[in-house]
Amino acid sequence: MTGLVGLAIVIISAVLLAVIVLTLGRIHPSFRKIAVFSQAMRFVRYVAEDGTRIHFSVGNGDTLTQTGSSGLVGLAVIRRLGDFASLSDRPPIATSGNGVLNLLTTDVLQSANDFNPEPEPFRKNSVRVTGLSPMAYTAGVLPTIRDEKISSNIMIGNFGPEIGLIVEAAARQNAGMIAASDNLTAQSVLFASMKNTPPIGEELYAAGAYTESNSFHTASLLLQDIFRWLIILALLVGAALKLAGLL
Amino acid sequence: MNRFLLFLNVTIAILTGGLVLLGYFVDNPTINNFQMILLEWMMILAGSALLIGIGNMFSVHLQKIREHKPGSVNSAVLLFFMLLTLLFGFTPDFSAVQGLILNGILIPVSTSLLALLAVTLIYFSMRLLQTRRNAFSVVFLLTILIILLALSPLPVIGGFSFFSDSVRYFISNSLVLGGARGILIGIGLGTLTTGLRVLLGADRPYGGD
Repeated sequence: MTGLVGLAIVIISAVLLAVIVLTLGRIHPSFRKIAVFSQAMRFVRYVAEDGTRIHFSVGNGDTLTQTGSSGLVGLAVIRRLGDFASLSDRPPIATSGNGVLNLLTTDVLQSANDFNPEPEPFRKNSVRVTGLSPMAYTAGVLPTIRDEKISSNIMIGNFGPEIGLIVEAAARQNAGMIAASDNLTAQSVLFASMKNTPPIGEELYAAGAYTESNSFHTASLLLQDIFRWLIILALLVGAALKLAGLL
Repeated sequence: MNRFLLFLNVTIAILTGGLVLLGYFVDNPTINNFQMILLEWMMILAGSALLIGIGNMFSVHLQKIREHKPGSVNSAVLLFFMLLTLLFGFTPDFSAVQGLILNGILIPVSTSLLALLAVTLIYFSMRLLQTRRNAFSVVFLLTILIILLALSPLPVIGGFSFFSDSVRYFISNSLVLGGARGILIGIGLGTLTTGLRVLLGADRPYGGD
């Protein structure tokens, strides 16, 4: 029974998502400002004009588990910003701490590079696995930020509290930093360490919509809002029923 | 990427993703068996991707050494120990050395990084009110202070029973738990919509436009 309920939720969500995408031409949703995502666009423009290098990271989430979903958001952002970043004299670098994410990032960054009118030959080594455990990954990223003369970092994916060390390394190089993680401990570390307020909670999943990836990302945000209100309603009704002794 | 290949990629991704998802919800032997086969293939592919990732790491550091880039000495050390670990890993006679590498090098180095992280976090906390002076930062710092007071007894004075018995309990079990559940519900919704975008072929992390 629970399985069927789950299946029904997924099917209804898929239908709703498709309906919202189709109606997006008529409705013009406005979202509140999330400073870090507008900063991401600025970073990319800056590296393209200044000829410096940007570092993308999709973290070390396991794509076979729930932690991989934040990495997929990171990939969508790379796809959206990667083509513009590839215009820089120094092509972007992408790091990850997982074999599958590494392959996906290579594909996405290569697609972004080929999207340019006069693409430079894509260098496979610009996408790197720097370590296969969270600490090894961090230890590998620290020298990358220093040695590759990174001017901006966009890190969206699954990171643990060790991301504090990466933020500190970027600050030492005077490099810009945008970081978002689905891990609660990492979010609190980012809150303490970043200059701007980092994306908290599910704000990470809004990255695609705020960087104008495609209409599905905007529709996803609206769908999340609908579900959020439904959950709030269910919680309030549940609390009222419990209070009345009916549950 | 030509259109046929893209169409094939999208079709395979949607079909396999849909079938694996269906297997979690429906109790049907045919679907469940097929789901298991797909999951086994996925594990094999993920293992292969891991090997490719290790190859990528090797290639990146080898290139750094060849081009005498900054940090090439570190790369040389990394490659030396990578090959040494590989040798010890594949040779059954060296099983004792494998334990030494894990317990003598890997774990202590990771622990040292954690210790470094603790110091870095103290520094960041001290700097927080300088970089971002707002109500959230004040609440954040006050909460840290209260939890630290509750967890760590001070010399001579000892523990603060008011903080450890009442305030900490209220913060951990009411405020933090409630907030964390709210955030996790949001993350769950975000994960659902991210998965749906991939299942509907709107997001194609496997490349192609």
